[in-house]
Amino acid sequence: MGKNLVFLPIVAAVIAIQLLTAWTDSVYYLTQLTMSAYYSLLIVGLCVLMGYAGQISLGHAGFFAIGGYISAALTTHNLIPFVDQLPVRLLTALGCLQGGLDIYGDPLLVVTPWVACMIAILTALIIAFLLGIPVLKLKGHYLAMATLGFGIIIYRIVLASEYFGEADGISGVPGFQLVPGLLVSGDKSWRVPNYYIAWTVLILAVVLLRHLINSRVGRALRAIHGSPEAADAMGVDTAKFKLQTFMLSAVFSALAGVLLTHYNGGIGPSEASVMKSVRYVAIVAVGGMANIWGALVMGMVLNFLSLRGFFGSYDDAVFGLILIGIMLFAPEGILSLQLGRLWRRIPLFRRKTPAVKEV
Amino acid sequence: MTILQVEQLGKRFGGLQAVDDVSFSLRQGAIKAVIGPNGAGKTTLFNLIAGMLEPTTGEISFQGKAIQGMRPFRVAGLGIARTFQNIKMFAGMTALENVMVGRHVRSKAGFLASMFRTSGCRREEKAIRVKSLEFLDFLGIADCADTLATNLAFGQQRAVELARALALEPALLLLDEPAAGLNIYETAEIGRLIVRIRELGITVLLVEHDMSLVMDISDEIVVLSFGRKIAEDIPTVVQRDPEVIKVYLGE
Amino acid sequence: MTTELFIQYLVAGITYGSIYAIVAIGFNIIYNTTGIINFAQGEFVMLGGMLSITFLQYLPLPPAIFLAVLVTMGIGALIEMLFIRWLQNPGILRMIIITIGVSILIREAALHVWGSDVRSLPYFFGNEISSIAISGARVSPQVLWVVGTCGLMVVALNIFFQATSIGREMRACAANRIAAVLCGIDTRNMVTLSFVLSAGIGALAGAVMSPITYTQYDIGTGLAIKGFTVAILGGLGNSLGAVAGGLLLGVIEAFSVSVVPLAFQDAIAIAILLVILFVRPHGLFGSSAMAGLKEF
Repeated sequence: MGKNLVFLPIVAAVIAIQLLTAWTDSVYYLTQLTMSAYYSLLIVGLCVLMGYAGQISLGHAGFFAIGGYISAALTTHNLIPFVDQLPVRLLTALGCLQGGLDIYGDPLLVVTPWVACMIAILTALIIAFLLGIPVLKLKGHYLAMATLGFGIIIYRIVLASEYFGEADGISGVPGFQLVPGLLVSGDKSWRVPNYYIAWTVLILAVVLLRHLINSRVGRALRAIHGSPEAADAMGVDTAKFKLQTFMLSAVFSALAGVLLTHYNGGIGPSEASVMKSVRYVAIVAVGGMANIWGALVMGMVLNFLSLRGFFGSYDDAVFGLILIGIMLFAPEGILSLQLGRLWRRIPLFRRKTPAVKEV
Repeated sequence: MTILQVEQLGKRFGGLQAVDDVSFSLRQGAIKAVIGPNGAGKTTLFNLIAGMLEPTTGEISFQGKAIQGMRPFRVAGLGIARTFQNIKMFAGMTALENVMVGRHVRSKAGFLASMFRTSGCRREEKAIRVKSLEFLDFLGIADCADTLATNLAFGQQRAVELARALALEPALLLLDEPAAGLNIYETAEIGRLIVRIRELGITVLLVEHDMSLVMDISDEIVVLSFGRKIAEDIPTVVQRDPEVIKVYLGE
Repeated sequence: MTTELFIQYLVAGITYGSIYAIVAIGFNIIYNTTGIINFAQGEFVMLGGMLSITFLQYLPLPPAIFLAVLVTMGIGALIEMLFIRWLQNPGILRMIIITIGVSILIREAALHVWGSDVRSLPYFFGNEISSIAISGARVSPQVLWVVGTCGLMVVALNIFFQATSIGREMRACAANRIAAVLCGIDTRNMVTLSFVLSAGIGALAGAVMSPITYTQYDIGTGLAIKGFTVAILGGLGNSLGAVAGGLLLGVIEAFSVSVVPLAFQDAIAIAILLVILFVRPHGLFGSSAMAGLKEF
C-alpha cells in the first residue's frame, strides 16, 4: 500500500479546503465542491475507458442519467396505491421499502435508497453489457456516433416519459442513508459530512482505478491501445477487456448519478443531454486522456468553475473551445504543455521545418 | 512427434490465391524455415497459423487440436507466440511492461482482483515481474527494462519483442523475418539466439529472407512460390533443388 | 389508413428524407476527401436557415437565401482553414473531437445571436394554408420546393463530380490521396473545397426547409445524427445510396408517427442507426469487401 502515499497530499488538501472555508465563513463553496467530486467520479471512469482502453464514448451522460433517474424514480414514486399487489407485498416483506410522508403530509411508501441504488447500478451494468457487445466492435466515427446515439435515446426517453417527470425531471428525492448517521443529502446541516463523503468515494475510486491500471488488466488495456494486433497475438482477449472497461466506467457513471441525485434532491433531463457527455469527453481530453490525475484535477477545476457560474451563459461554448483548443494545440492534455514552448505551437511562430507533406 | 500439422491449406483474396494447397508438418523441437521470393505467401501462411486470417480451405492442427479460424488470442492461449515483420511494440509502455504483457496468458488476475489488489493478485504480479526480467536478461537487455520500448534502438526493440514472445512460454514460436533490418553481426547473433531458444524446448517456425541464416540454423526448409509449396527438405538438399534455384535465380 | 392519409405521410417522409439525404451527402463529400466525419454538418443547415431569415429583413427572398448560402460556404472554408488544414497526421479521435467542438461553438454562437426562439422563413409561394392536391391529399407547395431543390442539388453535384475537371480532381483525391498529390493535384485545396461544397448544400437545404420544419439554434445535432444514419444506410461515401437511404429513413419516420409517440421519433432513427451499425456497417447497398478496404 506504500504507493498510495501519493494520496496523502490530496487528503491533506481536501481537509485544508474544508478548514479554510470554515475559517473564512464561505462554507457554501463546499456544495459545488461536493457536486464536482461526483462529476469527477464519472470522469475518472471515462478516463480509463478513453485513455487506457482507447474507446471514445459520447454517451456517458446516459449512464449517469440511468443511475440518477432510476434511483430518483424508485425513491419518490409512491407505492401505496399498489400496496395490495404481490410485487409490492414481496418488496415489503424483503425490507426493500420505507415509509414516510410527502409534502402534503400524506403517507408515502417508496423503495429504500440502498435498494434503489443497487437496482440503478445493476441496470446501468446490464445496459452497458448489452450495448457494449455490438458497439465496441465499432471503431472511430462509428463508435462515436453509436455512443452519441445511445445518449440521445436516453435523453429522449427521460424527456418523454411521465414516469421520469418529462421536462421537469424528478424532485423531492430523499436523502440516502449510507450507514446510520451518514446521510447523502443537500440539507445545509449535512454540508460538511457530505463534502467528505463525496471525496471519500472519489479518492477510493481513484485508488481502485490506479490499482487496475498498474495490474495485469491495466497492462492488457494499454497494450490494446498501443498495438491491437500485438495484444491479440499475446493472448489478450481484446473484446472482453474493452467490454469490461466499458461496464466499469458505466458503473462509475451510474454511481455518480445516484449519489449526486440524492445530494441535489432531484435530477432533470439536462443531466442526460448530449452536451453533458461532450463535456465529460472534453474534461478527459484536457486532463490528457491516459492520465487519471489530469482527469481528476480538470474534473474538479472545470466542474467547480462551471457550477459557480464562472462561464456565465457561455458555459457550453467554453467547453467547445476547450475541446478544440486542446485537440489542436495539446492533444496530450494541458498538463503536458511546457508553457514556455506554448507560443511555438502557434503556426505563425512555429520554426520552419523541412516540410514533410502529409498525404 | 509432430507439434504442428498443416493440411492442404488455401487462402484466397478475391482473385488472388495467396496460399494454395500447402501441406507440411513440424516436429517438436525442430527449427523450420519458410522461404520464397517476395509475394510467395509466406506472411499469409504465418497469419493463417497465428489466427489473424481464416483459411479458405484446409486444416491446421497444433498438438492434435484443429486451430484454423481460431481467434489469435485463443491461438496464443494454446501456446503459439509470434513476432512481427515490422516490430509492433506497445507504445507508451516500458520494455519490461511490454514483456510483462507476454505473461498475460500465464496469469489470471481479473478486473475485481486487480482493483482490490488481493493478496493472490499481488503475489502473481511479483511473479510476473521476476519472470519477465529473466526473459529480458536471457536476451541480454535487462538494463533497458525501464526505458520506453519505442525509444530503444531497432535491434533492442527486436530483442524486446522476442522476450515478449518467450514470456508467453510458448510451445511453438513463429518468427516473421527476425533478421530483417539487422546487419550481418546482429544477424549472426539472432541465429545463435534462435538455437538457444530451441534448447529451451521451444519449436521454431520462421519466415526469413536471409539465406545464410536460414541455411545455418534450420533443420528443414519449406520453399513457397506463388502460394504453392515447391520443395521441402533439409537445407543441403533444398540448396541443390533445381526448381528452387530456378525460382530464385530465374531460368 | 385512407389513401389521402397514406399520401400525406408519404409526402412528409419524402420531404424530410430529402433533407436527410442532403446532410448525408454533405457528410460524404467531406468524408471522401478527408476520411473524417464532420460532426458540424447539421450546423450548416441551421446556419442556412437562420442567416436567410436575418438577411430577409434587408433583402428580397432570393438574394437573401443566396447570400446566406455564400456566407455559410465562407464559414465552411474558415472552419477547414482554422481547424483542419494545418494539422499534421491527426488521429481520427482527434478529428472527431475537433469537429464536435466546432459544432458546439457554432451552436452557441447561434444561441447568442438569434436566441433560442423558433424561427422560419415565409412560404416561398402562398402561405401555411395554401395547398395543392395530389390524389386527393392536400400538400403544401413548399414541399415541392424542398424536394425539387434537393433533387436539383443531387443532379448538379453529380454533374460537377463527373464532368468538371475540379470535380474529377476531387474524386481522384478521394480515391487515392497520394496518387492525386503525385499527379499535381493540391489535395489541401480540395479539402477546403469539400467543406465549402457541403456547407453550401447544407445551407441551401436549411433555407428551403425552414418554412415547413422551422429553424432553431440547436437543430444541428438531430440532423447530424439522422444524416449520419442515412450516410451509413446508403454506404459511407456513396451519394446515390444516401438519396435512397434518406428517403427510406424519412418515410419510415413519417409512418412511425402513427405507431409511436412523436417524442420518441428521434429514438427510432437512432435505433435504426444502431441496428445498421451492428448488422451492416457497410450500408444496405455497399459490399463488406469494399468496406474492409476503408479506414474507419
